Order: sequence, then C-alpha cells, then structure tokens
Amino acid sequence: MIEDITFVYMAVIAVLAALATVLVRSPVRSALSLVVVVFHVAGLFAVMDAMFLAVIQVMVYAGAIIVLFLFTIMLLDLRHEAGEPYLHKNQLWLGIPLAILLLVEAGWIALNTEPLAEAARGAYDAAAIAELGGTGQALAEVLFNEYLLPFEIAGVLLLASSVGALLLARRPDEDKLPDAPDPVDDVTGPDDERAEGGAAIWPTR
Amino acid sequence: MADSLNAYLYVGAILFALGMLGVLVRRSLIVVLLSMELMLQGVNLTMGAFGVFNEDMGGYMLTLASLTIAASESVVGLAILVVVSRKARELYTDRMDGMKW
Repeated sequence: MIEDITFVYMAVIAVLAALATVLVRSPVRSALSLVVVVFHVAGLFAVMDAMFLAVIQVMVYAGAIIVLFLFTIMLLDLRHEAGEPYLHKNQLWLGIPLAILLLVEAGWIALNTEPLAEAARGAYDAAAIAELGGTGQALAEVLFNEYLLPFEIAGVLLLASSVGALLLARRPDEDKLPDAPDPVDDVTGPDDERAEGGAAIWPTR
Repeated sequence: MADSLNAYLYVGAILFALGMLGVLVRRSLIVVLLSMELMLQGVNLTMGAFGVFNEDMGGYMLTLASLTIAASESVVGLAILVVVSRKARELYTDRMDGMKW
C-alpha cells in the first residue's frame, strides 16, 4: 500500500516536472525541473528495490550532468534570448502529433509486455541479491566477471569524450605558452586562420 | 501498482515522449540537449525495470552503460554548444543552418 502511494507520487511528480522541463521558458528553470525529474526517477528505482541504480542516478545525473548544464548556461551570455519566441511555431503541428504517436506506440508496447515466466528469468531474484548483500554487490559480481570488457570499453569512452571536450572547447590561441617564442607565428604571418577571431577549432600546427 | 512491470514502462514511455516533444519543439539548443537527457531518463527507467522484474543483472548493466554514454554525450554536446555560441553568438536551432546546404 505504502509502496503504491510512493510509486504514484514519484511517477506523477516526475511526469509533471518533465512537462515543465519541456515547456518552461528559461533554460535555467528547465534544467532545475530536470533535477526534479532525476530525483523522482531515482525514487522510482528505490521503489522497485534497485537501490544502487537510485544512488548512481542521483550522483551522475543530478550531481554531474545537470551541474555541468547549469555551469554552461551561466557561462554563456543568454540575455539576448529574452524577447525571442522559445518554441518552433511551424514545427508544433508536426512535433505534437509525433510525440503523441510515439506515446501511443510505446504505451501499446508497454501494455502488452509481461515479465518473463518464472523459469525463464535470470538468477538474481530478491533472495539471491539479499544473500549477496545488496544490489551493489550483485552488480559488482556481474560487472567484474561477465561484463569486464564492456566496463573497460566504457573507461576508454569516458577518456575519449573528456579529451574531445577539452579539444573542442579550447580557444585556438590559448595553447601557446606566454613567454615561449612560437616559431609558427613567424612562418605563417597574420593571414593564417588563427588570426581571424578564433575561426579555427583545431590547432593549425 | 508498484509491483507491476507495466506501470514503470508507462512512466518511461511518457518521459521518452515528452523528451522527444522537447527536441522537436524547442528552439534553444540547451533545452534540446536537456530534452535528450529526459529521453535517456525514460530509457533508463525502462531498462532498470526490465532488469528488476526479469531478475536479471543485464538490465542493471544496460542502465549503467546508458549512464556512461549520457555523461560522455552531454560533455561533448556542451563543448560543441560552447564552440557554436562563441562563433555564432546565439543558440537557436532554426538559425544553425550553416551545414544544411
């Protein structure tokens, strides 16, 4: 009973906050509504006893990703957006029916989906997870045995994305040391790409 | 209700559809990226629910992988956004047509 009430609360608030994320005008308020969505989806994970997912959801999404979004919003100067329309007026007539169509399709699939039969399920029911000590322990056991290669690939992916982000977001003239003489400047002169107000994303050397 | 798989799938479907609505309808590139995160929330909820109700750790693993990819995607997306805002001084998706034709 109490679980049902918790589920309904979490689901309703998550959907309302998702609506606010999509429809609210200011990007900062949109990001903060997404924080509310993240916390309530974490609550839904907790209701279905996936405690590790709930914790990692709050840590990664609310703690890292949304904070990064808020940093970016506040670093960029967005005041000129104040008077502009914030919705595509001529994409509304296509976007709303497509979203409703997707909702009907996904809801139809969800309506016709049942959990697997008892015999076809995996080995990690609630009793087995409790015997291992919790979802964190059960996840670690599977992660470091069965899924070790995807785990390592995920590490490489994170490294590649952080290097790529650093390379993209750097201004092209910031990679010179202030005192070191740069022979490239003497060769190329003022007409190279870097002199045109940061037009080049990549370093030219 | 809290112990049926369908209820979680409905919530995941609604979150995904709302995220897609945001991607299609909003003009600001930041909110488009936020709506993509909203879609990933719906997918995470769906995969976690499948993992729990089928008593299989594969659903947890998929959710974890999706979290990783969401982190990398948002980092690279925000870096691209910073570069675009530095060059174009505005972040409207309908005016970003430099690579369209």
